[in-house]
Amino acid sequence: MTIALAADERRGGGRAASSARSIGLAVLRRVGYAVGVLWGAVTVTFAALHLKSGGIIDAIIGQAAVSPEIRAQIISDYALDKPWLVQYFDYLGHLLRGDLGHSYNQGMDVTTAIGDQLAPSFELMAAGVVLALVGAIVVALLTANRPRWIRGPFAFLEIVGVSVPAFWFAILLLTVFSFQLHWFPAIGSNSLRGLVLPAIALAVAPGGTLAQVLRDGLERALDEPFVTTARSRGIRETAVLVRHALRHALMPAITIAGWLAGAFLGGAIVIENVFSRQGLGTLTVGGLGRRDFPLVSGVALIAAAFYVVINLIIDAVYPLLDPRLRPAAPTTSGPANAAAASITSTTSPSVSATGADQKGDR
Amino acid sequence: MTVTPVDPTGLPPGGASPGPPAGSPAPAPTPAPAPTRGRWSGLRVSRPGVVLSFAFLLVLLLASFWPQLFTGTDPNAADISQTLRGPGSGHLLGTDQNGRDIFARIVHGTRLSLWIGLSASALALVVGAAVGVTAAQGGRVLGAVTDWLLSVFLSIPGLLLALLVIAMLGPGTRNSIIGLSLIFTPGFARVVRGEVMRIRASVYLEAARALGWPKRQVIIRHLVPNALGPVLILATINVGGAISLGSTLSFLGLGPQPPTAEWGAMLSSSRTYFSVAWWPAIFPGIAITLAVLAITVAGQFLQARLEGRNTR
Repeated sequence: MTIALAADERRGGGRAASSARSIGLAVLRRVGYAVGVLWGAVTVTFAALHLKSGGIIDAIIGQAAVSPEIRAQIISDYALDKPWLVQYFDYLGHLLRGDLGHSYNQGMDVTTAIGDQLAPSFELMAAGVVLALVGAIVVALLTANRPRWIRGPFAFLEIVGVSVPAFWFAILLLTVFSFQLHWFPAIGSNSLRGLVLPAIALAVAPGGTLAQVLRDGLERALDEPFVTTARSRGIRETAVLVRHALRHALMPAITIAGWLAGAFLGGAIVIENVFSRQGLGTLTVGGLGRRDFPLVSGVALIAAAFYVVINLIIDAVYPLLDPRLRPAAPTTSGPANAAAASITSTTSPSVSATGADQKGDR
Repeated sequence: MTVTPVDPTGLPPGGASPGPPAGSPAPAPTPAPAPTRGRWSGLRVSRPGVVLSFAFLLVLLLASFWPQLFTGTDPNAADISQTLRGPGSGHLLGTDQNGRDIFARIVHGTRLSLWIGLSASALALVVGAAVGVTAAQGGRVLGAVTDWLLSVFLSIPGLLLALLVIAMLGPGTRNSIIGLSLIFTPGFARVVRGEVMRIRASVYLEAARALGWPKRQVIIRHLVPNALGPVLILATINVGGAISLGSTLSFLGLGPQPPTAEWGAMLSSSRTYFSVAWWPAIFPGIAITLAVLAITVAGQFLQARLEGRNTR
């Protein structure tokens, strides 16, 4: 690590043009890797839906009685008679032109089908993310380093929240608040009232995980020398918590953001099913039943793109949040800076680099 | 001045950025190795909670091997005159829409529900370990290819991945196990690869090699025991996640088919009656939640034991 650091400093001291080029190369490599992952996701989806025995054509037609002419027409429309390798490269070719293809069952382009369902899903996920994030931060701030009788019940609730399957929590909410108390509508409604229960059901598991991670981070940060320094400067405890400790606690939480995005997407699939809501989940489950490859592949592609973009953003955001992770500036070399720059593991805010931290906090 | 973080979970700090294992957040690294305050310290749950969890796991184990210990009622005996009877009324937890005893169905469903989670996790462990060791021992190209492959599988949301597998293989118990295992495989592969790389670079392994130990003995005496801890803990925690996701697949009608007694499938089959009867909606879910909870607590307990964590 020390050798790499020295190399970094030499590079930093070099001409600006070369450093810009190396940054450009790094960005290019990241993006190339991201495209590679997306390609892999599409390929996995293609394999899953094409390698099954039995024709896709039967899944498309289903129970309906169709004449042989229409059957042949459908086969030629979707090029199902071509070898699967040809179908695969045809599909990739269309993708490169931004064309997600035509859904087998929806009678429209995949782009349109997904576009129509994006809004209700996004609404649900946005509400879930906000609930989970706000809830977790509030709980973590209120319970970190508190006596056992405050902390205990919340810690227990978090573990329960992590353990309870989202679909059953949704059923529980439905049973209690819709069927028994009649407070909220039971079935997919576009009103804000109809969003409450699904959003809570979606937020519980990721929120529980987040709260655990955040409080662990907060408690670790509160043991750090920089917190003592901040307190000795007479900063109020609330400000110490929010302005100093929370920043550290957020880093591990951001590290799992990609995983959380997947949890929200997967959760939305079942939650939409339980509440009979419109959205990507309902669209996907329906499409899978009929082996609607272009549709399912489109959804998988969007989900994977979501994951990839979030991870790219995470990589870009780390240095903004944690000054220790910024590349060493050539002017301020010294032991403190070297120590700060050598920290590559972003998940260990326990590493004390008090100087750098205070610079960042001010 | 700078404290080098010792990461007992074993991922090399400078290595390829370790993502969180699928299904569970990345285990947070501990600060410096601190003296443990005793075997119960570092737990999120109190000591009675841990004892209760292990006791409940024992009950589950008994129920899965000898359901007759808990109920003498046939879980599949339908009785049209007894449909949707409430709890009490001769049936402890009531009856479902076919007049079947819900308590008996939950007890008899234990084995299959646990089996799905356990076998999916075990399958993921075996495949993930194989991939992880291959990636660690292979060259740069193999490592990069594995890394790409794992990213691909991590990029598709877990549930969607399982749904894709079931779309390919068809619904059923075995196929939902295969689908579930695919969700957890990348996590195992990453942890195993990290462990192998960490241990390979360790001083004690160098010492063993310097002493002229044969390679196989080095692997059996050092590599396996040292890598086993974190992997088994991940496996324990994943069993909980796999049971939860397995019941989700069953609820969507993709796992065990009716009339099999399985917790998720019970919820699936009573689905349309939830608006008139709350008991078939509530009790199977409580069974799932308690099982996952007990396994999660047990897993966190084992993790705290291994890491000697010093958080309150």
